[in-house]
Amino acid sequence: MDPRRTARTVSDPKVRQVGFFTPAPPERSISDPPRFQDPIQPSSPSPTQVNDHSPSGNSLSPVMIPPAHHHSDNFLRTALQATSPTKAFSYSAKTVTIPPENEDVASSFSPGRKVVSAKSPSSFPGVKASSVPASELTTVSVVNLPPGISGKCVYKLKGKLIAEKAGGASVEVQNDRPVSAKTLKEKTSKAERRALQEAQRAAKAAAKGLNLMSVLLTYGYSVYLVYFTFEQILNNFVPVDHYVFLAEGTKASSAASKVVTSANTKPSKAAKSSSQKNDGSQVAASEKKGCDRAPEKDRKKDAPHPRMQYDDKSRVEKAKKRAVVKKTEARNRVELFRHLPQYEHGTQLPDLETKFFELDPMHPAVGLQYLSGDIRGGNARCIAMFQAFKEAIKDYSTPPEKTLIRDLTARISSYVSFLIECRPLSISMGNAIKFLKNRIAKLPLALSESEAKSTLMLDIDRFINEKIILSERVIVKHAVTKIRDGDVLLTYGASSVVEMILLHAHELGKHFHVVVVDSRPKLEGQLLLRRLVRKGLSCTYTHVNAVSCIMQDVTRVFLGASSVLSNGTVYSRVGTACVAMVAHAFRVPVLVCCEAYKFHERVQLDSICFNELGNPDAISKVQGREEINYLDGLVNQENLQLLNLIYDATPSDYVSMIITDYGMIPPTSVPVIVREYRRDHLWS
Amino acid sequence: MDFQVVVLAGGNSKNLTPLVSKELPKPLLPVANCPVLNYVLHQLEQSNLKDLIVVVEGEDAALLVGAWISGTFIDRLHVEIAAVPEDIGTAGALRAISHHLTAKDILVVSGDLVSDVPPGALAATHRRHDAAVTTMLCSIPVSGPLESGSSGGKDKAKKLGRYNIIGLDPSKQFLLHIATGAEIEKDARISKRILHAVGQMEMRSDLMDAHMYAFKRSVLQEVLDVKDTFQSLKEDVLPYLVRSQLKSEALLNRTPQGEENSNEKVSSQNNQAFISRILANASTPSFHGIYSENPAGSSSTRKTHKCCVYIASSSSYCVRLNSIQAFMDINRDVTGDADHLLSPNNIIGPSPKLGTKTTVGPNCRLGEGSEMGDKCQVKRSIIGRHCRIGSHVKVVNSVVMNHVTIGDGCIIQGSVICSNVQLQERVELKDCQVGAGFVVTAGSEYKAESLAKKEK
Repeated sequence: MDPRRTARTVSDPKVRQVGFFTPAPPERSISDPPRFQDPIQPSSPSPTQVNDHSPSGNSLSPVMIPPAHHHSDNFLRTALQATSPTKAFSYSAKTVTIPPENEDVASSFSPGRKVVSAKSPSSFPGVKASSVPASELTTVSVVNLPPGISGKCVYKLKGKLIAEKAGGASVEVQNDRPVSAKTLKEKTSKAERRALQEAQRAAKAAAKGLNLMSVLLTYGYSVYLVYFTFEQILNNFVPVDHYVFLAEGTKASSAASKVVTSANTKPSKAAKSSSQKNDGSQVAASEKKGCDRAPEKDRKKDAPHPRMQYDDKSRVEKAKKRAVVKKTEARNRVELFRHLPQYEHGTQLPDLETKFFELDPMHPAVGLQYLSGDIRGGNARCIAMFQAFKEAIKDYSTPPEKTLIRDLTARISSYVSFLIECRPLSISMGNAIKFLKNRIAKLPLALSESEAKSTLMLDIDRFINEKIILSERVIVKHAVTKIRDGDVLLTYGASSVVEMILLHAHELGKHFHVVVVDSRPKLEGQLLLRRLVRKGLSCTYTHVNAVSCIMQDVTRVFLGASSVLSNGTVYSRVGTACVAMVAHAFRVPVLVCCEAYKFHERVQLDSICFNELGNPDAISKVQGREEINYLDGLVNQENLQLLNLIYDATPSDYVSMIITDYGMIPPTSVPVIVREYRRDHLWS
Repeated sequence: MDFQVVVLAGGNSKNLTPLVSKELPKPLLPVANCPVLNYVLHQLEQSNLKDLIVVVEGEDAALLVGAWISGTFIDRLHVEIAAVPEDIGTAGALRAISHHLTAKDILVVSGDLVSDVPPGALAATHRRHDAAVTTMLCSIPVSGPLESGSSGGKDKAKKLGRYNIIGLDPSKQFLLHIATGAEIEKDARISKRILHAVGQMEMRSDLMDAHMYAFKRSVLQEVLDVKDTFQSLKEDVLPYLVRSQLKSEALLNRTPQGEENSNEKVSSQNNQAFISRILANASTPSFHGIYSENPAGSSSTRKTHKCCVYIASSSSYCVRLNSIQAFMDINRDVTGDADHLLSPNNIIGPSPKLGTKTTVGPNCRLGEGSEMGDKCQVKRSIIGRHCRIGSHVKVVNSVVMNHVTIGDGCIIQGSVICSNVQLQERVELKDCQVGAGFVVTAGSEYKAESLAKKEK
């Protein structure tokens, strides 16, 4: 096992980002020590160490981490106070002489750590502010012991606590332990055995300059992880057993003491994570069942989420436990798309309905509308979401002892995760949320609550006006120039921008014909058609099956998009790619209309990795025609898999031009827009 | 959440005499030793609705109810009691408190509803469709006693009134027609306009209006203001709203859309219109939306509002306590099939003193401090607190409230015996209701009668 672990840490900086998927930290606790060793003695942190930390810093998404705050400090301090007695107690149980030594080195060591953080401010931004002291101190308490002893100490600590439940130092700690250590009595001996092994290993490592300190550094690290990125932890950024402890921590105590407990549990965790790597996950799994999931509200911040892979059973289980909306996984899914979430349709809505008031103040109406398909389309969903957020912000009042910036961010995150449970976010929504969170984080601290709220609401209005409404107008202005008299324009689905273009061109008195291509099951084209016909446009309506026949007469194809990715791929309603390709084959120019706020820097080559699965019933049944029931009773058959994809990706080769608020650009220029205006989108 | 909850607790119900009296208004009528209002309040509390307005008919009743609520729900609910004059009907009661209503939507619940349907479901439906009114329908409960039927002649007349004729659209989301009460006997008049717009209507008579509504406040207040003859929500307001859903009079549909940050008034209005258009285009229009667009393509749109329904699943329990029969049914169900409704604060007191050879069957509930003599039999019955029951007494399918004294050798079947009643020896009661404080003389026999003290 060991070699594999070290191998992983070697590729640390890179893998870490991805590695957050898979439990990494506990392994680090063993393999890392050499690196952490350095700073202590020469107090000159090696670059590797900085690197080692930076990913974590990055993953915390520096923007989101608020500067140091009083009460964060307080938390940490209390955390430390709470921890120290236990430690002292455990040490004294082992060796009387150690504690003073401890403190000595503590003071000598702390500067070293500070150097680290000061040296790499950019790569280590979040931690620096408030949590370093904490990690420092936590670290200190064990670091300086000779490795072997310290190892034992840690184990003893665990054993002790298990044995003497009435330790008294802090009730919480004990509350945690028994649960975590599952079968205390029977496992103690085993644990001790492991402790011995571990100690021996540590001693060996010490010869090479190993020190257990790293173990605790890791804990320190996870302490601030706890503090700042509760959400990430819940998202399985941290290995399973860390995770378990955190959950227990939250269970045992309220938000304030959360950090305390997690800090407290760390030492024993130290023992645990290193000792139990093998069976840790199993134990964790069983323990986990007992404890409540941390409430959504505690999710602390937004971070680059690793996309959940829904074919990973254990993770899905976990996610399900903290879900607000009860969902039943659909059973028969197409192999290729197993990684995407798919739920039995109709199981979510009733459950959510019953909880309608409990979700207060999450404004679940919007989520319901997403879920039931009452609102669809990137712009509409984005606007609806922002209107709900506006309501939420209007109703919001900062709870005592919290700061608006952090608490509101957490709130918004919880709303967002709720919305995700209702329906996966569109890219436009993702960008909009990023914008809002940035605005919250950028709020000056001095601002009063009402001012801050009104600023945010104004920001939201501005975003809707500038990024959606104005950009649609600009797009219309650009696109209309491409419509000439006698044109035959083809559009697919129902894009709000394309509709405006057509209507505007009609108002300008241009004479053209529109072909609306539609597809089942949503038949959105019919709604568009209805509105166009009502305005007096001459239209043809057909389904996508017939697109190759009608394409001969078409002179331009106008398409909407859910997103445009930075390799020029157009991510849009399923069927768009087909239309674009046919158009390409017939040498008809394809114009994609997309607001710039929907652009995304991601590169996507296929529509498999990221997509959304719709309700399979929608394609197996025909609405309004009960007599078409050939699939009745077959839907749950093992050998039948229904696939209702929502999006597809159109390669940039088939796109002649993208019309956006910055003008008409070739698809190859998308990265320029993303690069140049991204800042503008998020920070304006 | 912006929902205000109004509980129409009622007061002195004529249907329930002699069970209710001045001392015991309807909301406090014990169902399985727990006031019926408790079921509603508990249900609301479970749904995290802690800010309630309880409307009670009559000052005295209001005082009693208020005292009980403050005793029971202190620190758990924030309840305001409003006393309204008697006999002004549900609509009148709402009119009386209408100036207290401020939230965007109002949830109106009848105080005599014993149900496990979460109010959130109704509210969710309401919000999802942005409806003017949403009503909860539930399937008509299987009423009637298991055996030894006690359907008095009075109840038969009532039964008709319970049925509603309800018209739904094919998706079962919108209410197109509702006939209640006396209207059922008449011919059903269905608006051609509605039928034309929807295309297809499903008429059902197996659904019952559960008297739980969500109203848009502006709509409700306007209707109450304009139509000041409306007495009842169920018989006047709701049918009116349903009838007029495609020709909303006045501003029913146009709720003022929040505040506008008026930077540039004209442009912001434009934007607002733009946004609402995007949102409207994004959703699948209901028949209201389609209808409201004039086919001629002119700019004027017809005003509509939506009347939605939430149909409770057939597995859920939902009964209104509005007749003696219902009272018996609920008592039976609450101790039997639907015992999950019993809220946790409905604690069974310390086991009552039982004489030798006394048997208490299943589905019974005995209050604290009750004493029973030797060789008694209690089956499927509820006995309140501090009752004294002599020996050789048989109580079957009955409800005995608090502080009742029952002499030796009484036989009570399918009856309701209110508080402080004294039954002397060898009384035989079958399908009777005995009002509070009544004294039944020794050896008397009654069948299907209602006994009460003369009102002074």
